[in-house]
Amino acid sequence: MMNVILSYFSSLNPPALVSQLPGNIAQGVIWGLMGLGVFITYKLLDFPDLSVDGSFATGGAVTAVLIIAGVPVWIAVLIAMIAGILAGLITGFLHTVLGIPGILAGILTQIALYSVNLNIMGKANLPVSYRNYNLLLSASNINLAIIIGLALVAIVIAFMYWYFGTEQGSAIRSTGSNPAMSKAQGINISAMKVIALALSNGLVALSGSLFAQYQGFADINMGRGAIVIGLAAVVIGTVIGEGIFRKGMSFTLRLAFVVVGAVLYYIAMGLVLWLKMPTDDTKLFTAAVVAVFLAVPYLKDKSKNSFKKVAKRSAKLCIPDDKEVE
Amino acid sequence: MLEIIDIYKTFNKGTVNEKHALNGVNLKLNEGDFCTVIGGNGAGKSTMLNAVAGVWPVDSGAIVIDGENISALPEHKRAPYLGRVFQDPMTGTVADMEIIENLAIAARRGNSRGLSWGVKKREREEYREMLARFDLGLEDRMTTKVGLLSGGQRQAITLLMATLKKPKVLLLDEHTAALDPKTAAKVLELSDEIIEENNLTALMVTHNMKDAIAHGNRLIMMSDGKIILDISGEEKKALTVDILLKKFEESSGSKLENDRMLLTD
Repeated sequence: MMNVILSYFSSLNPPALVSQLPGNIAQGVIWGLMGLGVFITYKLLDFPDLSVDGSFATGGAVTAVLIIAGVPVWIAVLIAMIAGILAGLITGFLHTVLGIPGILAGILTQIALYSVNLNIMGKANLPVSYRNYNLLLSASNINLAIIIGLALVAIVIAFMYWYFGTEQGSAIRSTGSNPAMSKAQGINISAMKVIALALSNGLVALSGSLFAQYQGFADINMGRGAIVIGLAAVVIGTVIGEGIFRKGMSFTLRLAFVVVGAVLYYIAMGLVLWLKMPTDDTKLFTAAVVAVFLAVPYLKDKSKNSFKKVAKRSAKLCIPDDKEVE
Repeated sequence: MLEIIDIYKTFNKGTVNEKHALNGVNLKLNEGDFCTVIGGNGAGKSTMLNAVAGVWPVDSGAIVIDGENISALPEHKRAPYLGRVFQDPMTGTVADMEIIENLAIAARRGNSRGLSWGVKKREREEYREMLARFDLGLEDRMTTKVGLLSGGQRQAITLLMATLKKPKVLLLDEHTAALDPKTAAKVLELSDEIIEENNLTALMVTHNMKDAIAHGNRLIMMSDGKIILDISGEEKKALTVDILLKKFEESSGSKLENDRMLLTD
């Protein structure tokens, strides 16, 4: 037994943990963009949009195909985003025009996109290596990938800060928070939902586009479970951000912490893989992490207002009479 | 000016839960009319307001504001004509947006919402002055999230939001019913002031007979989805709870015992 444990620890390679860190950060930054997209639907619109699993892969697929076809990388990325926006429009159409509940509308789009993505790529996996093509970023130059990723994050956060401060952005926020009031104030809540879904999926596709370039291939399954990673970024970022800044979280900080959440998630993921967790179990790990971080705010609030505490306090007030006589 | 012409509405048609909520309602409010609406549970008071607001389409009949037939407009397209305050203080405001953001959204009721700033600098001063008049200390808390305010404060803000952009008709749907008596009195007083100052046309649903008598220049009573009493002018001024109960007895007969308790609170 001792032997097994010793050999396990001696098989771990501490320098590898350090050397893989930049890669974890780069992936986290790229997925942070995806998290920002999820933030729009999950936090602002109060719409759990599952189409992102499909639109993430769409972003990658469109990018790979266009780059291979010789389209300049910037334009390929832009068109990938437009493809994502279209996916969001479809979810929005299913929900607002056809009255399909939000979760189902997202699932339908996601499933449909699986076929669409296969058709776009023509096969399940499409390599776009930096050796053959001019890419925006790639895992061959991780530092540059982080810088480019962060630059895009900064642009997206600046855009979101501006947009959600405008009349239209405010209308989207009020639609997510109080649809009845929004209608009474003349806001077309269906239109707002569709716009928000389009924006969100556009960002998700951007993230998918960058990720395909980073890993050097687009894959039909690259978006599987993306929503959970996006949620991980949002909830980890929110819990940690609120832990540091308490109530003083500005909108910009909340957005920034989504990306921080994504980076922390990938660092944690790198750590458990380094500890030799089988890669088959990574999704299980992700789900557990998200469940824990979703539960933290709830359990914290509950411990403040628990019946157990009341039981202790109230027991003191209810000492039976005969005991007092003693 | 609001005209309600012979509107009908049945819910759950063809099921065991079928409910004829409105059975031919006719009402014409003149410019500046402040009309209170009373009636027992299920009489159709809130349903009539919702019909005007366009929460759902009516089965038949027409709703006309300033000569324009708005019956076919969905809720958000009627919003330019209407200011609304709801029974539940949570309904009228967005809890996780700031007071000033809520007001700014209301100030744009009926405008297309573009890409200029949601709250402009000049608005800040404007709203501060308006809030200061409420005497609730809200003018110094303009960046506070509305969710942190009390029901009364939220209702006062909703009232301001409903009238920030002058509506053709103000719809108050039991807007003090969820408040404690003191706060309710304060919000009613504010409503009176705002309606009078802006010479608004208003419909106010209430469960409280005394309030219905004390406020407005006109009173209607509903029963079974119809207007059964319409009192205005000198007659309204001379009205007392006793007279009103007697009139109610005359027009609706047998159901009096049931409704009397509901009406007098």
